Amino acid sequence: MSANTRGKTAAAIEAAGGKALVAYLPVGYPDLETSIEAAVAVADAGFQVLELGIPYSDPAMDGPVIQAATQQVLDRGFSLSEVFQTVEAVTARTDAAVLSMTYWNPVLRYGVDRLAHDFAAAGGAGLITPDLTPENADEWIAAAEKHDLDRIFLAAPSSSDARIDRAVEASRGFVYTVSTMGTTGVRGDMDTAARTLSERIAESSARVGKPIARCVGLGISRPEHVADVLDYAEGAIVGSALVAALRDGGVPAVAAKAAELVTGLHSDPGTLS
Amino acid sequence: MTEKLRDHHGPWFGDHGGVFMPEPLISAIEELTAAYDALRGDDEFWNEFHRLGREYTGRPSLLTEATRLSELAGGARIFLKREDLNHTGSHKINNVLGQALVAKRLGKTRLIAETGAGQHGVATATAAAYFGFDCTIYMGEVDTERQALNVARMRMLGAEVVSVKTGSRTLKDAINEGLRDWVAHTDTTHYLMGTVAGPHPFPEMVRDFHRQIGEEAREQIQTAAGRLPDAVLACVGGGSNAMGIFHAFLDDADVRLIGLEAAGDGAETEKHALSVGRGTPGLLHGMRTYLLQDENGQTIESHSISAGLDYPGVGPEHSWLNDIGRAEYEPVSDTEAMDAFSALTRKEGIMPAIESAHAIAGALRLGRALGPDAVLLVSLSGRGDKDAATAAKWFGLLDEGEQHVG
Repeated sequence: MSANTRGKTAAAIEAAGGKALVAYLPVGYPDLETSIEAAVAVADAGFQVLELGIPYSDPAMDGPVIQAATQQVLDRGFSLSEVFQTVEAVTARTDAAVLSMTYWNPVLRYGVDRLAHDFAAAGGAGLITPDLTPENADEWIAAAEKHDLDRIFLAAPSSSDARIDRAVEASRGFVYTVSTMGTTGVRGDMDTAARTLSERIAESSARVGKPIARCVGLGISRPEHVADVLDYAEGAIVGSALVAALRDGGVPAVAAKAAELVTGLHSDPGTLS
Repeated sequence: MTEKLRDHHGPWFGDHGGVFMPEPLISAIEELTAAYDALRGDDEFWNEFHRLGREYTGRPSLLTEATRLSELAGGARIFLKREDLNHTGSHKINNVLGQALVAKRLGKTRLIAETGAGQHGVATATAAAYFGFDCTIYMGEVDTERQALNVARMRMLGAEVVSVKTGSRTLKDAINEGLRDWVAHTDTTHYLMGTVAGPHPFPEMVRDFHRQIGEEAREQIQTAAGRLPDAVLACVGGGSNAMGIFHAFLDDADVRLIGLEAAGDGAETEKHALSVGRGTPGLLHGMRTYLLQDENGQTIESHSISAGLDYPGVGPEHSWLNDIGRAEYEPVSDTEAMDAFSALTRKEGIMPAIESAHAIAGALRLGRALGPDAVLLVSLSGRGDKDAATAAKWFGLLDEGEQHVG
């Protein structure tokens, strides 16, 4: 019952005591089999939520590490069937909630309801949609409700209160909290803007009367970043740091990086630095 | 029909247009939309814009009858709207001056832009120099190689030119890279979109800065030919010069509006840039429009000898004009365009940009079909100096001078 009304992602974050780690990995990188093993390894290391990125030709929100990886997948030939295979394999072997992050055109081309059906049938939790804002999302929200999927929209430091309210109202699972105004990539320091934004989302959540988790993405690469973020948000999203580890050292390296970041779950902010 | 086509506003053009952008850019787009909505009816703004056109660009641009070219076009009368004579050598300066004025009103200190052939980059770098903005231009690596002269011009003007090495390394990737820069610097920076594409308000705003092309030409041709033309022809990549010249004629139902898309190796091949002609509806660069995409929704790389037409999408207003049957979109191959390039150069002493040569090719084709009673208005959107190296290579002029074609 609760899984059907609040969704798999919220359940996973709740089971983690409101301190969750979220991993971004590109589907099919460097190849389908290795990408599945990498996702399983990261979940086994203690990440509660996985965000499988769907490669796209024009990824305006991705930084250089991720775009290089997804371009490699596109160059060798990629179709959405790999997404469903990956979701099915990873959900069969782990307890993690499995999301996909996708630019919207591949979904439109496949068919919004058809994709929602196939994604749910594979055991997926829902979608993060970086270039689909709530005002354009009626068809997607209807499909997500029909197939009981989470839909995760973004909030940015530049978003107005009204837009944050709209993201809170439209999202299920969490609100993706963009921590810096840059695109994804490894940064030396976390942006204090993330804390302010996280507080604004909490205020919005109270204002609209809808509890929702906040997961902070873009820029997290070290355990102390994780500890800092989980001081003011319910989830820390790690992308480029894991993709770079996978690129440089394969599954063992990404497993080791994930294990290192998990230590940030069990620390007080500041004690690791 | 109650609404005139000329009075249509964004964000939607039929099923096309909209705002499909990541949340971190929405506030900048909303800020720009609000500013443009306020400026649309601001006489002081438009007076300043038109003063710059007169005193800096050299407007109104001339209308030239191409009487010797007419011999190759079935005797049809061909009138060229000479945007090639504008300062910086193309129509692009019109939009750049308008958006630079908007950026000033918004208090921005830096302009960024994408460029394909380099015409828009040069125009933006020029406006940055004139108004005192910092300037960064994103250009695909492939294009920096085929348009090296324009890279040098932009650097001379003080702009930083970033060679984009991602994706297909052409115009669409330059736009992606520009958008990434904008996400990180919206406080200080205006993204100066170079065509009638992207999220609202760009398609409408860029069109408005170019519509003077058609407004001038509509008066000029009635003086010169005594009537409206049978057809208005313009090349279409993103489609800014075409929207600029089409707009004044949208409600003249008897005037055909013909956009010439780049067919690259040929309309029957897979190497083309026929976004309207062969594309399907989808999302690209923040808009819904016709685009070249595969069955997985991945954008397909376009192909054209012309860097400025080498774009797999098209402005949403063109997609709409196609859907409602108000404008027609026809293919012109690299070979046809280069033949037209040679013909205009030899017959009239006017070397067109290869982009504009696509429109000339369309006029030659239509003139032969319609005959000597026809009056055709062609947008000569840019001059060909930047293409001299490409043309010399195409016609084999560099090694053996006698290998001329045409």
